[in-house]
Amino acid sequence: MLRLEARPAPSQRMALLSPLIAIAVTALLAAVLFAALGKDPVRGLAVFFFEPLNGLRATSEVLLKATPLIVIALGLAVCYRANVWNIGAEGQYLLGAVAGGGMALWLTANGIVLPKVLSLTLVLLCGVLGGMFWASIVALLRDRFNASEILVSLMLVYVAQQVVNYLVFGPWKDPGGFNFPQTRTFDASTWLPPLIERTRLHIGFLLALLAAGLTWLFMFRSYRGFALQVGGLAPAAARYAGFSSRGALWLALGVSGGMAGLAGAMEAAGPLRQLTPHISTGLGFTAIIVVFVGRLHPLGIVAAGVLLSMMLIGGELAQSRLGLPNALSSVFQGLLLVVLLASDTLIHYRVRGARKVVAG
Amino acid sequence: MNEFALLIAATLLAGTPLALAGLGLLINERAGVLNLGAEGMMLVAAVAGFAVALSTGSDLLAFAAGAAAGALLAAVFGLLVIWLNTNQYATGLALSLFGYGFSAFVGVGVVGKKLADRTAFEVPGLAQLPWLGDALFKQHPMVYATMAIAVGMAAFFYKSRTGLVLRAVGESPESAHALGYPVRRVRFLAVLAGGALCGVAGAFLSVVYAPLWVEGLTAGRGWIALALTTFATWRPIRLLLGAYLFGGVTMLQFQLQGMGVEVPSQWLAMLPYIATIVVLALISRNAAFIRINMPASLGKPFHPSH
Repeated sequence: MLRLEARPAPSQRMALLSPLIAIAVTALLAAVLFAALGKDPVRGLAVFFFEPLNGLRATSEVLLKATPLIVIALGLAVCYRANVWNIGAEGQYLLGAVAGGGMALWLTANGIVLPKVLSLTLVLLCGVLGGMFWASIVALLRDRFNASEILVSLMLVYVAQQVVNYLVFGPWKDPGGFNFPQTRTFDASTWLPPLIERTRLHIGFLLALLAAGLTWLFMFRSYRGFALQVGGLAPAAARYAGFSSRGALWLALGVSGGMAGLAGAMEAAGPLRQLTPHISTGLGFTAIIVVFVGRLHPLGIVAAGVLLSMMLIGGELAQSRLGLPNALSSVFQGLLLVVLLASDTLIHYRVRGARKVVAG
Repeated sequence: MNEFALLIAATLLAGTPLALAGLGLLINERAGVLNLGAEGMMLVAAVAGFAVALSTGSDLLAFAAGAAAGALLAAVFGLLVIWLNTNQYATGLALSLFGYGFSAFVGVGVVGKKLADRTAFEVPGLAQLPWLGDALFKQHPMVYATMAIAVGMAAFFYKSRTGLVLRAVGESPESAHALGYPVRRVRFLAVLAGGALCGVAGAFLSVVYAPLWVEGLTAGRGWIALALTTFATWRPIRLLLGAYLFGGVTMLQFQLQGMGVEVPSQWLAMLPYIATIVVLALISRNAAFIRINMPASLGKPFHPSH
């Protein structure tokens, strides 16, 4: 029988190794699953971990999908470090897409063609505000009514999806769209310019990297960021130091909501260029896994964002190449998080062989 | 007037899965464990139950399969949070995400399949009563079983020694441990029982309520059930009534649509979720009231020091 022995201090080395262990174990479990499904495990793993990066085109698609994941996850990392459990980034992303896309649509419908810098600033700013607005409902109810931010933010995801549905089935439906539930295509002046020619990768990826740098500065080099994390780690100490817990709540939700909203607007003005009921594919939930695999650290989040994006695209490839359901990707994502949390135990504990303990 | 009787009947039906899942989470939380994985457990159990009902035609076996699937996932959760001391929020969330993906993956084969026509259920004698018969006595047996479970759970919590131990573990694991009660084992059993009930709730949704399987069938009911435990201030009978209240809101949406109310269907579809938020905010408003009623160690890990 093995037993756990508490370490005197958390192991820094294990904190970094744990995600790698989790990825390895998940890959192993995936191989077993492929074998059980009667597929070649090597081929199966290649579909998830090699083919998405095979060539410039494929890689650009991985980075394209990683962009919103990284942006949402950066905001959530700030939030979770403050011990505020916003699990409804999906809803804030949707509202960002609605607000940003709505601005693009308004410009398009009124024939207003602005210089690209101006129209993109407007679209992305609206996205940020839309996400912030949705998250501020959570903050308000937590602050004034003591309502669990976990449940409120999650419930608002379902409400946000219905808002999207209402708009694209109703007032925003493209009059020339053969009654399909979708808006008209935005004017080209509101599209995010491509980063590499002949790929769909847009400058949003650079914005994501910039956001990672800014998040790092905020977390580790700013007073507000420090106060926020003290509040998350030791509320009593934060109170003693005079850091406002209400301020931290609003700031954490504002940042994470704004980032999720930005991601939504970038998707709308990036690869989508119109709004449909399917603007979200669960990115807000996948981003939660990105945060944990990325150790709530901006650098780790960029790496984890790329990894999870590979898994999402791997799921699509598994469908087209191996004839397996696309949901396989979600299975692996969930598995990765479960395994990661288990292997995180090694940060705080050492595994020891059994020793007879004298009762006493 | 008969329409009103049918609305009551529909409310009982819609409230039953919420009540089952809510009661399961209630056992967890009374023992001090917060399981955010309800949605995932319900989804996997819904697929398991539906597949079993499809191949055997037996509701009972379907519920058993759902309970087993729910308990199995809960066991993984329990091992992680109780013995490996992982964060309860993150682990429950992981379980929900995994359950969503896994159920979608294994459920592909049964999408679009139809269960055989079931016979109507009637309580002998009472179902023929005018009005009342339509409202109350033509339900699936599980609807009545759920009421019995709620009453039984209340008796278990407040009239039995084991129930007292369970509550003690949730209020003060240190004291319970000092008295010699196996805190971790009690918590683990509570998690298993909670998972099984969430599983039955999932199977009820796919086999009786829907009755079909689609990806994401539960549509947030696991989370609404979580909100119900707070709403009920952790008491079984109040939880049952709360579940019927929310079942009623769900049904009201269809009722209003059926009556041709001039509101876009999407606004009506938001109703159950907005109702959850509003009710949660109102009940949580008095922080002291919640603190008095909430199991004191809820969400906190317990490490026996010796």
